[in-house]
Amino acid sequence: MDAPVEGNRAAGDSDEKPSPAVQRVLERFSGDVLSRHAYRGDDTLVIKREAVVDVCRFLKAEPDLRFDLFLDLTAVDYLPVEPRFEVVIHLYSTPHGLRMRLKVPLAGDDPEMDTLTSVWRATDWFEREAWDMYGIVFRGHPNLKRILLYEEFEGHPLRKDYPIDKRQPLIGPKN
Amino acid sequence: MAEPENELHTDEMILNIGPSHPATHGTVRVLATLDGENIVNADVEIGYLHRAFEKSCEHGTWQQAFPYTDRLNYNSAIINNVAYAMGVEKLLGIDVPERCRFIRTIASEISRVADHLTCIGPSAMEVGAFSTFLYFVEARELMWDLIESLCGARLTNNYVRIGGVKADLPADFAEKLKAHFVKTRQLIDDVDKLLTHNRIFIDRMRGTGVLSAEDAIDWGWTGPCLRSTGVPLDLRKDEPYLVYDQVDFDVPVGEYGDNFDRYLVRMEEMHQSMRMVEQLLEKIPEGPINVEDTRVRWPAKQLVYSRMEELINHFKIVFEGVQPPKGEAYAAVESPNGELGFYLVSDGSGKPVKVRCRPPGFANLQALGPILKGGMLSDLVPSFGMINMIGGECDR
Repeated sequence: MDAPVEGNRAAGDSDEKPSPAVQRVLERFSGDVLSRHAYRGDDTLVIKREAVVDVCRFLKAEPDLRFDLFLDLTAVDYLPVEPRFEVVIHLYSTPHGLRMRLKVPLAGDDPEMDTLTSVWRATDWFEREAWDMYGIVFRGHPNLKRILLYEEFEGHPLRKDYPIDKRQPLIGPKN
Repeated sequence: MAEPENELHTDEMILNIGPSHPATHGTVRVLATLDGENIVNADVEIGYLHRAFEKSCEHGTWQQAFPYTDRLNYNSAIINNVAYAMGVEKLLGIDVPERCRFIRTIASEISRVADHLTCIGPSAMEVGAFSTFLYFVEARELMWDLIESLCGARLTNNYVRIGGVKADLPADFAEKLKAHFVKTRQLIDDVDKLLTHNRIFIDRMRGTGVLSAEDAIDWGWTGPCLRSTGVPLDLRKDEPYLVYDQVDFDVPVGEYGDNFDRYLVRMEEMHQSMRMVEQLLEKIPEGPINVEDTRVRWPAKQLVYSRMEELINHFKIVFEGVQPPKGEAYAAVESPNGELGFYLVSDGSGKPVKVRCRPPGFANLQALGPILKGGMLSDLVPSFGMINMIGGECDR
């Protein structure tokens, strides 16, 4: 076994040898990687929220990794399991054609992590959407407000405890 | 009181454009802060077409999400279908038959032509070239005729299934396609003659909406918008899925990263797509179009009506849904506007835990505000048109 591997929420073949890119992160951030897997061939690292900005900077800057293209950021609600939320980030490296998925578990009563807007500007709207839909707070985000819904909307509709048939009155724009 | 050295100064004003404006084909609102005719700042507001795509998907079975995916980018619905089906098949760990992969590729490329036609036609109209719009709508009708002969629907196709497609190619498909492609090429050439060397069109498009390759990557751009800046990133070449490794095609890239390059890239991509479809129809093998897997595809109607086991099998698939094993997967395709990805999470039941669509239009539109800054108000129209934001996909 080359690296610490712990229990993993999604089933995975985590006994496999890690890919070179995963290996690089494991060497540098061994204490911050909670688990890893490559289920169906998707390299995945589960990392502590305290380390997420450092890991992202590392992935973007290292010449043999260069994950310069941020593709996606979203969240998943695993109610009633704790930690309840998982922020899921997909990255692509244009020079090397590599893909990477990062997952950050967040507790249900404290769904906060640091913003990634300082690493990739593109995360701006994606973080706003995760706030809008799941109520995840991105500390240090320059403009963390709702994006798809309107400001007066109450609650975060993609949380599993938000009923699908709930209706809210529509309120016009403020200005 | 004006400053002495700045006597001709004008007050800034805020102009609201949209959400329902002829130039915002799609519901989007731009709050432009203007100094004279120059844009000082532009705030882009989206969400007017939000229809709870993800929430709806989580409350149906895996196969019930297909009609919702049609309504993401409705100009190329089949590409959305294909991307979602590829995601579920990746979760299930199954491969579809060769003929099915050919059919999916053919249908995707026809959809791509229709999508580019829908991008260029209205965008050219908005900068004053009305006749090109009519030519391209005619060409799009021809593409939709072909799609209609595949699945019966022109717009929301719902053609792809988990583990296959709804129906095989009709018998006269190749013949019909040949005739339609002759006419479409002619229409594209006509528009090419009307626009590509047109002084007015060039003046509106060239040098407006410029973004450098580094900035485009930083903003998460993919697809024709990214390729217009000179980055040859195309998943069909870089990570060939379906049967893109069996066809010969070129990936056009731009040089300046402006609106005119985005137009040129799309014009060339239509020719490349038609080239691909013709090659694929030459090579397409005979064989089944669906996987032979009773967990995924239901048995033939004849058997369902005449035999007990098949009836039960059919009932279970319809009511309980296809059940991918517990896990997660991300599948991406090159949609007409960039990387369209589906991140899916299954808990082993018939209903998805999470169906995330990575919309290319969302990331592309995010950079609209920054590229408008410092330009003229009139540049907003071609820049917005060439980013080709699709409300259904951007707002979901």
